[in-house]
Amino acid sequence: MSTLVIAEHDNGSLKGATLNAVTAAQALGADVDVLVAGADCGAAAEAAAKVAGVSRVLVADNAAYGHQLAENVSLLIADVGAAYDNIVAPATSNGKNTMPRVAALLDVAQISDIISVEAADTFKRPVYAGNVIATVKSSDSKKVVTVRTTAFDAAAAEGGSATVEAVDAVHDAGISAFVSEEVAESDRPELTAAPVVVSGGRGMQNGENFKLLDGIADKLGAAIGASRAAVDAGFVPNDMQVGQTGKIVAPDLYIAVGISGAIQHLAGMKDSKVIVAINKDEDAPIFQVADYGLVADLFEALPELEAKI
Amino acid sequence: MKVLVAVKRVVDYNVKVRAKADGSDVDLNNVKMSINPFCEIAVEEAVRLKEAGTATEVIAVSIGDKACQEQIRTALALGADRGIQVETEGSVEPLVVAKLLKGVVEKEQPQLVILGKQSIDGDNNQTGQMLGALTNMPQGTFASEIAVDGDKLSVTREVDGGLQTLSLNMPAIVTSDLRLNEPRYASLPNIMKAKKKPLDVYSPADLGVEVTTHLTQVSVEPPAERQAGIKVESVDELVDKLKNEAKVI
Repeated sequence: MSTLVIAEHDNGSLKGATLNAVTAAQALGADVDVLVAGADCGAAAEAAAKVAGVSRVLVADNAAYGHQLAENVSLLIADVGAAYDNIVAPATSNGKNTMPRVAALLDVAQISDIISVEAADTFKRPVYAGNVIATVKSSDSKKVVTVRTTAFDAAAAEGGSATVEAVDAVHDAGISAFVSEEVAESDRPELTAAPVVVSGGRGMQNGENFKLLDGIADKLGAAIGASRAAVDAGFVPNDMQVGQTGKIVAPDLYIAVGISGAIQHLAGMKDSKVIVAINKDEDAPIFQVADYGLVADLFEALPELEAKI
Repeated sequence: MKVLVAVKRVVDYNVKVRAKADGSDVDLNNVKMSINPFCEIAVEEAVRLKEAGTATEVIAVSIGDKACQEQIRTALALGADRGIQVETEGSVEPLVVAKLLKGVVEKEQPQLVILGKQSIDGDNNQTGQMLGALTNMPQGTFASEIAVDGDKLSVTREVDGGLQTLSLNMPAIVTSDLRLNEPRYASLPNIMKAKKKPLDVYSPADLGVEVTTHLTQVSVEPPAERQAGIKVESVDELVDKLKNEAKVI
C-alpha cells in the first residue's frame, strides 16, 4: 500500500494545507510520498522533504505546471499516481480544480472533502452544507480523495528526511493558458490557518467600515473574513468569504460581527473552538452557535473591544 | 455557437435537511425540490450569451428520473431553447453523470458547456472537471466572469488567493461560482412558453454509458451539535470571558 499526497505550494514555499493532507494520508496506513508539481519549485520540494512521516518527495519541475493548470497537472498526477493505491490532496481551490480530472482519467470515483478516515476504504464527509455527515465506502481499487484541512491536524513541518526524486514526465495539454491573477496582498495570517478570525457581514454596511476590524485583528494576530452577503454586496473581495462555498475555517477563536448566521456561513466556521457573535438583532441565528453573544450596535462595540483587548 | 448547460434537481436551498433517525439516509419526504442554485446561475449565463448574440442555441440537460423534467422546464422558462433528459434511477455518481454528459456532448457538439460548480446536496464539486478530463476539454472552474473572444474563452476564477484569469481553447467547460451573475426570475408568459419547447429523453444505453457504482453510502448522521452559549451584557464582560474562561486571548 502506498499513498501519494499532492502538495499545495506556491513554488517558493509549501502551504500549510499540505501538512493536514499528510496527516489524513497517514491515517490510510500506507507509506506517504509527496508530489510537488510546479515551476522552479525546488524550495517547496525541500520543505516537503522535511515534513515528518514523508518517505519520498517527487518533484515535477516544468513551466507546464507553473500555474497549476488543471489540464496539465491532472495528466501528471494520473501518470505518477498510477503506481499508488491512494491519491490525496487538500480541498483547496487547486485540489478541487484538479483532482476530479485525475479521478476521471483513472476511471474511479473521487471522495471529496473528507473529515475522517474510518478505514482504508471508508470515509466521513459532510453533505447538504454540513447538515448531514455521510459515511461512504469506496469499492475502487484506487482512492482519489480531497481532504477538509480543518478536520486533520497538521503534520510536523520539520523532522522528516525524505529523499527527493525528479519526475521528468512533461504533460502539456496545450489547451489552456494562464493570463493573470489578482492576489490580495496582506500581512495578516492566511484565513484558513489563522488562530483567530474576525469576520464581518452585511451589518458592516460598506467596505470602508471593515477597517473597524483591522485594529482588533492586529491586536489578536487575526485574519479577517466575511460572509457571503458582504462579498456579494461588494464590500470585500471573494477570497475573504467564509462558508459552504467559500473557505472553511476552524480557528481557536472566531468573532462574527454583523453576521446573521445563514446556514451556508455556519457550514464554514462552526468547527471553531470558541465563537463570539456581535449583532444588534438578538434573534439572529448566529447566537445559536455562539459561545459568547453580545447584542450590541457593532459601531459602538468594535471600538470599545479594540480598546479593551 | 451552441451552449450546453447542465441542471440538477436538488432539495431547495431553504430546506434544512436532516438524517433519518435510523441513519440509513437523509429524510427527503415531502421536501421542496428546486434547480440547484449554481445550475441556475449557469443557465442564466448561457441565456445572456444568447441575448448578446454570442450563442445561437442553449440546450439544458439534466440527468435523473422523470421528475427532473421540472428543472429542465425551469431552465427553458429562463430562456434555454430546448431540453434533454437522460433517464436514470436513484442517485447517480458524479463520474457517471460526467460520462452521460460526455455522451450528450458528442451528440450535440457544443462549443461551451456550463455547469454549476457544485450541487448543494452532495457538495461534491466534481462533475464539470470530470467532464473536462473525459472530453479533453479545458475548464474554467469557479468562474466569476467569462468572455468569448474568437475561438478562445477568457475565464476569471475565484481561487483561494483572489482571482485568476485563464484563456481556454474552445470547446471549453465552465463551472459557475456565486458571483458569475444574478439569475432572473422566469416570467409567467415564459413559463407557459417553456411547456411547449422540445424536450428529448435518452437512456444511458442510447449514449453508450453503463451506470456503475463506485461508492456506497454506509450511513448518515447529524453533525456534532454546538450548544448555544451565553449572552454577555457588555464588552467588558466579553473580554473577561475570553481572557479568563475561554482563555483564547
